[in-house]
Amino acid sequence: MFVRTALLVLRKDVAIELKSREILYTTLLFALSCVLIFSIAFVKQGEPLEDAAAGILWIAIEFAGTLALGRTFERERYAETLRALLLAPSSRAAIYVGKVLGILALLAVVEVLLVPLVALLFHAPLFSAPLLLVGLLATGTVGFGAVGALFAAMLVRARSRDVMLPILLYPITIPVMIAGVRGTAALLQDPPDAATVTMWIAILAAFDVVFVTLSLWTFEPVMTE
Amino acid sequence: MRGLLIALCSAVLTAAPALAQQPPTGQSEFVPMKNLPPSEQIPAATLLVAGYSFIWVAVAFYVWTIWRRLNKVEAEMRSLAQKTPQR
Amino acid sequence: MRKAFMPLLIVVAVLLAYAPVMIAQGAFEQSMGLVSKIMYFHAPSGMVMLVSAIVCGVASALYLWRKNPAMDRLAMASAELTVLFGVLVIGTGPLWAKKAWGIWWDWEPRLTMTVVGWLIAVSYLFVRKYAGPGSDKLGAALAVFGTANVPFIYLSVNIWRTLHPKTTVVPTLPPGMRGPFWFCALTLFLLYLVLLTARIHLERQQNALDELYLALED
Repeated sequence: MFVRTALLVLRKDVAIELKSREILYTTLLFALSCVLIFSIAFVKQGEPLEDAAAGILWIAIEFAGTLALGRTFERERYAETLRALLLAPSSRAAIYVGKVLGILALLAVVEVLLVPLVALLFHAPLFSAPLLLVGLLATGTVGFGAVGALFAAMLVRARSRDVMLPILLYPITIPVMIAGVRGTAALLQDPPDAATVTMWIAILAAFDVVFVTLSLWTFEPVMTE
Repeated sequence: MRGLLIALCSAVLTAAPALAQQPPTGQSEFVPMKNLPPSEQIPAATLLVAGYSFIWVAVAFYVWTIWRRLNKVEAEMRSLAQKTPQR
Repeated sequence: MRKAFMPLLIVVAVLLAYAPVMIAQGAFEQSMGLVSKIMYFHAPSGMVMLVSAIVCGVASALYLWRKNPAMDRLAMASAELTVLFGVLVIGTGPLWAKKAWGIWWDWEPRLTMTVVGWLIAVSYLFVRKYAGPGSDKLGAALAVFGTANVPFIYLSVNIWRTLHPKTTVVPTLPPGMRGPFWFCALTLFLLYLVLLTARIHLERQQNALDELYLALED
């Protein structure tokens, strides 16, 4: 029942998104512009700074993710569908998980674009250890998405919600970002430092467990009036 | 309760390999000040005095903000109390 | 705690006045010299900051689940004090670091995590002030996440080999330093309680004022 509800919410979001693809395209374009600006801004002797690849990848994911979160829940607020969802006789946690899955799906598509782009622009050997890269991106995105979905849902009824989301989200996701960037930096070494990357993936997984648990607990009391 | 236990165990298990390893770039313990060239040293007494004054100033500033806000709130309460009997 | 406020305030004032005497009498530390005396205020400030963050988180969790307004006031006050004591720790640390490590700052785990914890407390204050209706619940959820950060701050120096002294330093202080250290720790903790009481009183008055305004409109 829990899983069915979560998957239903996911299906609803995907169906709505596939109709207009508005959030997908705008987020992709934003991520693209972000990376382009970084590659122009971080230059050394006319060439993009190669050491910056790890940081820029994760910053682009974080910024694009914040934008996507804001837009997704703005859509819910506009159509007042969040209230309808909460009125449904299903577990609140299942609704939350469904929204998180939707955000993760969106961010996965964004990352499919971002990773080759960063690898290209910054000459970064991101694909030298693809399994480790996928592990890093997966655990990092889950951590970011879990907290992001919680705060974006909470902010739906708040004032100045556009600026509040980064203010709330970024300090809490700094540990996730640090772990992601350090793990990617270790991955980009020649040869890739698999032991360090695995350690950072383990740390990210620990963060994910803590964040998802806390989010599941706090979603219910926070969304009730 | 069971969920809490499961979450805690998962967190510990996933963090265990992380804790078991040290990141390769281990940093050394602090360098005693004697090993720095004298030209780069700020006198210790200056730093110490700066530290304590900083603490005192910060705490005093905070106490002042509480005092100011409390005065404002109590002034408003008094003005409200004056208005209500007149209604 | 309200009745004990004035005596507590006097006690804290006396302790604070006597603290420099105790610190001056503390044993002279061989490798670090005079500047290590900052430790007598730096480390207890850090301890109080972590305690304050935990109090804020627990009070927020209780507020989220029990809807007790006293818990909300406690969380608000404790968050402000986390910001204050965070400023004290992060401000005094570099003064010592300049002598000990030769640099003002380093992005090593404990310092980074402390800044992150401080930022979370600051964003809590922003949320409470600017997010409009529902900001109390929002802030409470934020504080719960912020408290999850605290164990990482404390344990980071034990897990990773870094510049910052480990947590084993405090239990194994030489006898000459133990007296002043725990004296300052007690002083700062009592200062925390005094400021907490004052801040909660302010919060209570503000809530009462809000209710007066609401009653006036009826």
